[in-house]
Parts: sequence; structure tokens; C-alpha cells
Amino acid sequence: MSLRNNILDLRKRKREIQKGGGDKAIEKQVQMGKMTARERILALLDKNSFYEYDLFVEHSAKDFGMESKVLHGDGVIIGTGTIYNKPVCIFAQDFTVAGGSLGLMHARKITKIMDHALKMRVPLIGINDSGGARIQEGVNSLAGYGEIFFRNTLASGVIPQISVILGPCAGGAVYSPALTDFVFVVENISKMFITGPGVIKSVLGEEISMEELGGAKVHAELTGNAHFYATSELECFDQIKKLISFIPRNNNTKAFPFPPKQPLKGEKIEDIVPVDPRIPYDMREIIKSISDSSEFLEVMEHFAPNIIVGFGRMGGDTVGFVANQPMVLAGVLDTDSSDKAARFIRYCDAFNIPLVTLEDLPGYLPGVDQEHAGVIRHGAKILYAYSEATVAKITVIIRKAYGGGYIAMNSRHLRADFVFAWPTAEIAVMGPEGAANIVFRKEISEAENPELVRQQKIQEYKEKFANPYVAAAQGYIDEVIEPEETRERILHALKVSENKDVLLPKKKHGIPPF
Amino acid sequence: MTEKKELKNLIIEGSIYKTQFTRKYENRVKWQTPDPNCIYSIIPGTIIDIFVEPKDKVKEGETLLLLEAMKMQNQVRMPFDGEIVNIFVKKDETIPKKHLMVKIKPAILK
Repeated sequence: MSLRNNILDLRKRKREIQKGGGDKAIEKQVQMGKMTARERILALLDKNSFYEYDLFVEHSAKDFGMESKVLHGDGVIIGTGTIYNKPVCIFAQDFTVAGGSLGLMHARKITKIMDHALKMRVPLIGINDSGGARIQEGVNSLAGYGEIFFRNTLASGVIPQISVILGPCAGGAVYSPALTDFVFVVENISKMFITGPGVIKSVLGEEISMEELGGAKVHAELTGNAHFYATSELECFDQIKKLISFIPRNNNTKAFPFPPKQPLKGEKIEDIVPVDPRIPYDMREIIKSISDSSEFLEVMEHFAPNIIVGFGRMGGDTVGFVANQPMVLAGVLDTDSSDKAARFIRYCDAFNIPLVTLEDLPGYLPGVDQEHAGVIRHGAKILYAYSEATVAKITVIIRKAYGGGYIAMNSRHLRADFVFAWPTAEIAVMGPEGAANIVFRKEISEAENPELVRQQKIQEYKEKFANPYVAAAQGYIDEVIEPEETRERILHALKVSENKDVLLPKKKHGIPPF
Repeated sequence: MTEKKELKNLIIEGSIYKTQFTRKYENRVKWQTPDPNCIYSIIPGTIIDIFVEPKDKVKEGETLLLLEAMKMQNQVRMPFDGEIVNIFVKKDETIPKKHLMVKIKPAILK
């Protein structure tokens, strides 16, 4: 007897299920400017690398007429595949099947692939496109969400977890992406919120569109919930692939090394920075002048742009850059920039990625709004994250390093491994203007011409303290270097730190200021 | 999404820095010292009843009006013994958050 008939039957069954919600629903998905769940997976993964599981899973709901409904794959596709030939686990919610709503079996498929990712120590990518809980399945869908959140937490810091928001992601569903490492959003397609515009209008009388409430731009720029912003799904997939190339597949390995490359020849590094510490420049130019091939993958580019975080390579190995951006808000630390940097530092530390800190900041942002928003609690996060990190920690002080900001930005006192300063560095308790006003208050106020004396005193303070040599004399700076030497000094420091091993006091876990 | 922005002045500890502002920084709510004689809504909602009129003498703790929000009837009470100066809302009116509802003054002016 031939197996032919069985094989043909299998193919027919698969074809049927792979159509998801059917032609009409797919047409609707396309009209919304969205790809289907299957197209997305195929576009993201290496060609012919995707293998699916649980295709034949069916829901078991019995209430509200569900018993007669067939939901192909129960509205979600799970499987494994590769990106740049490195394995990943992936799930994609299928909006064409009952709006991608999450029921018990839908959740079980997701948790199955999550368990798999954690066990195999490979990255997990989740594509979210769902109307939310499947109301007909009641408490079973809530249970499903809970099981997902628990696994997100368990896997945190062990495997990279990436969430891609390609449709609505509302109510409880938003907490899975929030628990993961990187959230990707796409203009006009991503929508994330706890309560939607309808409820907000009926309860509070406030009218707002979905886009204004929880669109891609809102999360990329205002809330900080999103880490990458793209204008199309394909651009988003390119960003994910690029990120995957920079990060290790789990916390026991290092990122895959690339052949070392020189930075592209651009402006001379010392010509990027104005001498006057009050005049801005784009710190990204400094990063690009020291990273391999001048490549830099910025994370959270649009949120709190007064600090820059992201990945690059030096000598072929991935490093995490944390840098103040004098171009925006003078590069101050505030609630948002502290959150942003602290989380990135903890990511790098969890995944064995050395940290390179480039410093040029006047301190913390003053303001009632900042104080009332808890800048103490938020600002403490960056201190905590740097202190706790045991990966190689290298700091280069470009210009200003004033006050609490100096301590926070991976100073020697938080156990930085190497601290370098340019000759333009000003390491001081505050800027010359502020310091002179306090230290010489009496002389200034009692002078015949207070303004003249003030200027003299500012100049005096500048000459005495606004330099790297006071700190270098204490050994707080390891070496004052020429700007041109920056890359080679960092490369050497990274080499020396390759087998860095530090012992921290044994504990279950710390209690970071959240 | 990144548009070129002009440089502005940001003063930190006496030094003036040339820098760009973020949308969030420019839209921040500027602090105003609260006026104890103004009663604002703490939540958007609907005025469902008003129990006082201008010139009424009211004791601390007495209910001035009911503001329904989030399906709850919130009693807005007099914070101290005093007098109603003016009422800026009407019955059944829907008001936003931080809307001036009532102006009052304390009983004894020192």
C-alpha cells in the first residue's frame, strides 16, 4: 500500500490551516497596511529556515457558541528558525484568526515556545498583533497571560527577549512586551495601551485617538516603552536582524565576534568637540569615530535623547556605549535619561557586553517637575546599575564631569576599570560660574564692582579646577590622553579586561530603586 | 521623526548651555504655588449637584458639590470655615481635570 494518500491528506490539512482566518480576513489585514503573521515570520527569518510546531492545535472552549467555531492554529503561529544562521524561537499572533485573541490553547502554544527558548538558551521573538483576551474563554485567557508573564520574568537576563508590536496590543497583553528586553514599534501599525480611547472617553470624558494615546511615536518618544521605531514592517525586521547580530544568544556566551575594522575616515576626533563646555556637539560623532566601521546601533533613539545608548563593535567585539549628548538638554541626567541608561547598563551586564561610557554632562536637570517626578529615585538607578555591573567598565571624560553627574557616569568610585580623560575634561564639583558664586560670595558682594570681581573669580576657579589634573592627582583618573588616542586606549583596556572576574557579596538579589 | 531643532539656553548652576530642548521638556507643566482659596477638580467628571451659593457661610468639612467621575460620586468639601466667593460650574456640566470649580475665602481674615 502506498502512503501517497496520507501524504496528500496531510498537505491538504496543512494548506487549509495555513490560510489562517481565510481570504476575507487576510484582505482586511492587507488593507490595514499589515503583513500576515506567516509573511512576517518568513520575512524576518533566514530563507527556508522556519519550522512550525502546533499547527494542528485547536481550542477547547465550549461557551458562547465557541464549540462550533474552528480557529486555525488558535490564532498564533509558533516555531523555530535562524537569523544570520543563529537559532531563534518565534511566535506570531495571527490577527486574521478571531482578531488574534488570546485563549487557553493560544497561550499554551506561546508558553511552549517560550519554554523551548529558555531550555535551549536561544533568543525569543514575539510578534504581537492581537485584540486582547478571548472574552468567551473567560478566566482561562487571563491564566494564559499570567503564564506568559511568569516565563518572561524567568527568562529575563538568561535569553534575549524581543517583542515586536505589529498591531494592537492592549490591556493586560501589554505587560509581556514590557517585561522583555527590546520592544519594536512601527509607525501607524503599533498600538499599545492599558485602557483604550473608548473607556477613557466614557469614564473621564477625554477624547483621544488610538494613535495619540498609544501609537508608535508615543511609545518611542514619550513613554519609553519602545526601544526601536520603524516606518515600515520591513524596516523593523532589518532593525531586529541588526540587533540580533550584536547580542549574544544567551547569558553564558559572548556576542559573535566580527572581523575587526577601522572606523571610517571622517572628521578628526578632536575637531568634533568645541573647547567651550557650553557649546554643544553631536556625541554620536565621537562614538562613530571610535567604533569599528563607524557602526552604531542606537537603542531608544527618540526617548530621552539627552543620553545616548546603543551597540557598536570595537576590535570586532560588541560593546555597549553609554554617552551624554550635549546637543540635547546639555546632556543632563534626568528621570528619563537615568531610566534609559540604567536599563541598558543592566542589559549589557546580564549579557556579558563591556560598557564604554563617554562623559560630558553639567549634572542633573533642575526643576520642580523633575523633583516631583522622583529624580532622586530615578537618578539612583544609574548609580545602582553601574555599581552592580561586573562587565568591563571603561570611561572617557570628554569635557564636563560635574558634581553628582560625575559620580554617576561610571566613575572610579563605582569601580570603573579604566577612567581616561581628555585634556579638555573638567572634573569638578560644579561649573566655574556656579562654584565661583558660592566660594567667593563674600568677595563678590562686597566688591565695588561685583560683576568684574565675579568674572575674575570665575576665571580663577577655571584655571585652578576646571581641568582633569586635580582628579588625576588623586588617581581618580588613570590617564589624561590625547583625543586621537581614545580608540587605541579603549581597545587595550578591553583586551586587558577580557578575563575580568570580580566577586560580589553573595545575595539572593539586590533591591534596585525602581 | 528627528527634525532639526534650534539651540536654546539652558541654565544649570549659573552656566548657560546652548542646546536643543525635547518636546517633553518644552511641554512640562510649570509649577504654580497653589491658591488655597481656589477649589479645582482633581479628576475630569460631571457636576451632579451643587449645595451652596455665593456669599454662603460654610463650615469646614461641609459638602459643596458632587462631582461624578469613574462612576463614583466625589463629595467636594470645604477645606476650612469660610465663605463662598464664586461658583464657576453648573449642574450637569462636564468638566476637565484642574478646572476651577469654586472660589472661597476664609472666615477670619488676618
